[in-house]
Amino acid sequence: MAPENERARIQSSAPDVAYRDDPRDFAGKVAVFQYLTVLVFVFLVSGFWQLQVQDPEKYVEAAERNRIKSTPLLAARGKILDRDGRVIVDNRTSYSLLLNRDQIKAEHLPAISSALGLDYGDLAVAIRHNTRPQIIIKDQLTRDEIAWIEAHQDESAYPEMQLIQSWRRQYPQNGFAAHVTGYVGEISENDLNLPQFSEYHQGDIVGKDGLEKEYDKTLRGIDGQQRVQVDNFGHERQMETTQPAQPGQDLRTTLDLDLQAVAELAMQGKHGAVVALDPRSGEVLAMMSAPTFDPNKFTGRISRKDWNEIMNDPFKPLLNRATQAEFAPGSTFKPFTALAGLETGTINDETEFHCSGGASFYGNYYGCWKHTGHGNISLHRALRESCDVFFYNVANKLGIDRLAEYAEMAGFGSKTGIDLPNERESTMPSTKWKLRLSRQKWYAGETISVGIGQGAITVSPLELAVAEGGLGNRGKWMQPHLTFGTAPKVLRTGHFNPENVEKVIDGMYAVVNEPGGTGHNAALPGIKVCGKTGTAQLASNKFLKGTAAGRAMKDNAWFIAYAPEEAPEIVVVALFENGEHGDRAAWIVRDVMKAYFDKKERKAKGLELQTEIQDRLSATTLLPTHFAEAKPKE
Amino acid sequence: MGYRAFKELDWPLIIVTLILSGLGIIQVYSATNGTKWDGAWQKQIIWVITGLIMMWGIAVIGYQSLMGKVLYLYGGVIGLLFATTLIGNKVFGSTRWIRIGGFTLQPSEFVKIVLILAIARYLVEFVRPGTTLTWGDLGKLGFLVGFPMALVMKQPDLGTSLTYVPILVAGVLMAGLRWKQLLIICAALAVTLPIGYNLLKPYQRDRLVSFKYPERDPKGTGFQVIQSRIAVGNGGMWGRGAKESSQTHLGFLPVPHTDFIFSSFAEEHGFVGIVIALVLYFLLIMQVVQNAQTANDRAGLYVCMGVAALLLFHVLVNVGMVVGKMPITGIPLPLMSSGGSNTWSIFLMLGLVNGVRLRRFVN
Repeated sequence: MAPENERARIQSSAPDVAYRDDPRDFAGKVAVFQYLTVLVFVFLVSGFWQLQVQDPEKYVEAAERNRIKSTPLLAARGKILDRDGRVIVDNRTSYSLLLNRDQIKAEHLPAISSALGLDYGDLAVAIRHNTRPQIIIKDQLTRDEIAWIEAHQDESAYPEMQLIQSWRRQYPQNGFAAHVTGYVGEISENDLNLPQFSEYHQGDIVGKDGLEKEYDKTLRGIDGQQRVQVDNFGHERQMETTQPAQPGQDLRTTLDLDLQAVAELAMQGKHGAVVALDPRSGEVLAMMSAPTFDPNKFTGRISRKDWNEIMNDPFKPLLNRATQAEFAPGSTFKPFTALAGLETGTINDETEFHCSGGASFYGNYYGCWKHTGHGNISLHRALRESCDVFFYNVANKLGIDRLAEYAEMAGFGSKTGIDLPNERESTMPSTKWKLRLSRQKWYAGETISVGIGQGAITVSPLELAVAEGGLGNRGKWMQPHLTFGTAPKVLRTGHFNPENVEKVIDGMYAVVNEPGGTGHNAALPGIKVCGKTGTAQLASNKFLKGTAAGRAMKDNAWFIAYAPEEAPEIVVVALFENGEHGDRAAWIVRDVMKAYFDKKERKAKGLELQTEIQDRLSATTLLPTHFAEAKPKE
Repeated sequence: MGYRAFKELDWPLIIVTLILSGLGIIQVYSATNGTKWDGAWQKQIIWVITGLIMMWGIAVIGYQSLMGKVLYLYGGVIGLLFATTLIGNKVFGSTRWIRIGGFTLQPSEFVKIVLILAIARYLVEFVRPGTTLTWGDLGKLGFLVGFPMALVMKQPDLGTSLTYVPILVAGVLMAGLRWKQLLIICAALAVTLPIGYNLLKPYQRDRLVSFKYPERDPKGTGFQVIQSRIAVGNGGMWGRGAKESSQTHLGFLPVPHTDFIFSSFAEEHGFVGIVIALVLYFLLIMQVVQNAQTANDRAGLYVCMGVAALLLFHVLVNVGMVVGKMPITGIPLPLMSSGGSNTWSIFLMLGLVNGVRLRRFVN
């Protein structure tokens, strides 16, 4: 068909049908189209109205989530320092792996968990339970793990992975001061539900025990956030406002690393506890408990194997024997029996009793440790030689309630309130106590053993240190504490006849310094050391009952001492479990005391402070863990 | 007629067209600045200017003489579609473009113009005024449109092929159907559409339904829907401005200068901006319809209504996709989306409309 013909035909046909070819015939249909157009535009505008006017915040937030990648900046925990500012617990930089929640793909998890040695099930559960946008799944990455992550975090592999710098808590090796410092770990599900942990989040590291727990709020910092603008391809475009991490505050303790090191060394291979206090202020200078544990194993996530090993250890290395274990004080209690006797006028320093190696009360025979007997004996000698029969008689004459009245003044029967978690309360029997406990009457015969620190009476090494220190402090008992600079707090003041107190203290001086004294091992030349041995039968040692039968037959050895006699600056208590006799614990106390007075002398002479401390510390920490050695063969 | 034609052109239509093209160029500039598409706005200026010249040329040549040559044109575009299949450039898994000289052409865009002319010619030539279409007419018209549609679907380019449907529908409804026929057609569609849906490629199917439930696969098929909605919502009432439009500038919006240019416009200019833009589109379509009403003959009316229906369909599907109310079909927004073939094809259509305008007082 030729184009000219075409046009001609169309144009020529037009006039024929002009009246019917009028587009106005289509007016109705065109109007329908116009209405339809209006509808379409109303529909479209309504769509924008919904998104932009009705509910824009949702999309503004979504856009914000798209463009901002925030990375947590983890705050370093405060260090734990000794009284001279030396670092006990430090932080070391390490790397952690976090997963960005909105990028997590379920199919990536098996590969990630197997490459990093995580349990896939645990990981899946952790991701489901954690609601934060970023989830830290592994701390303390090794060099190999970091290399693997860096090689696999690009778009094509597992882009949800992100390395961040974190802090690893670094404790002294081999459990040095571990019971005081405590340890940190990931917050548990149970704790998260408690009101006092409302500010904490899943995955947070919190103090689990010791000072770490007690002062968690001081030590923990506030995590910051680094906000970076990113594009759709994950490329970082520009920095946004960064909220820096606020590190936690350092905690300066009253501990003296020099004394602590000596105590730790002295207790190598033994079970027991050592506590050193300043009786004037209540400052704890040293505190150790053996066997110990390595808190480094607890930082972050402890392996199941390590956990089981520690939990199943029959000697309970996690237990702080200094504050959480209760033992019969044994003869270390005798000074309080003596004080009660003098103060009530029951005895005076002339009062004599006859010791024939034992005595009968209420139809029962009570032996003295010295089976051959002490003969006629008065207070000074009775303290010096720790005659049991003398104190049986004093207790018998006093009766339990008068004895308890004085013992309670020294703190027997109550907690000290030290700033450490889970302190146990000591027990001081009395008629009221027995009525409350078992609704039974007190029998006078039960008083006899209590007079020499046996029977129902129990005390922790710390409580004993506070009690003896307060006695040395002439009847002023101070609350023990571990934070440096805390104002001293008086627990109780006894209004005693000063002469009576001096008589007791003099007896304790004799223990260490006079012929016949039981505590010569604690003597220090030039220092007036007052002390008292104690040998406690294990009958009341509940927590070790039924373990390691052979060892359990032996008595616990106590030694307590304070010095100098006229105004004690330091009181030291050593408990040597199964040590058989108190003088075996005396040299432990002497070592700690010597360290204290040596240091004082150097300071006074303006000499440099002991530098051997570093050597001592490394000697301690390089030795194999002692509780591993002491473990019974199974 | 050329000397007086310039004054007689539809100036309101051209002014609205120029404003929308200008908004488009500015938005292309803003959305691609600093991206791998940097410079797209300069090309777009060239396409708009050349498009305006084409519009003038087509208006002067006139729809009637073009309708006279429609068989050659139809044959030509079908040939180009076959050529595309044979020598076309494959991009993103579909073969839509052919390289001619220094630039690429998308023949399927020009099929629209030929179909508008072909349908108008058929309706004028074979359907007597005052009568309605027979089943035979419908079959022939259906084949006329269906053949290139099938070729374009084969590329595969579902979106562009669907844009031919409104041209056919507008022509058929304007020419007239009996109610019975309309009912039968609707019933037949109700039966065949689900079957057609199953014949689609899986990725096309995903795109068609993902706008309803984008959350099912937020990283995959739902990504574009979600990100476009976020961009629109992020704009709020007054818009974020060109610098703060993070969805556009940080790559969250897919192709922010072509199919999703209106998302980026909505993010930067907010509700106020999109209402102004939509009013301009509304005026544009109404002006085309007005030309249909004042056309000198049935042919002019069919041409204008075909163009109006096509523009309405484009705006509905593209903008509907941007607000998440329409499936993602990948058809551009007339005048604003960057792209040579599409821009030219729109200007050519507007040229046809202007041609109708120029001839309204003839006879």
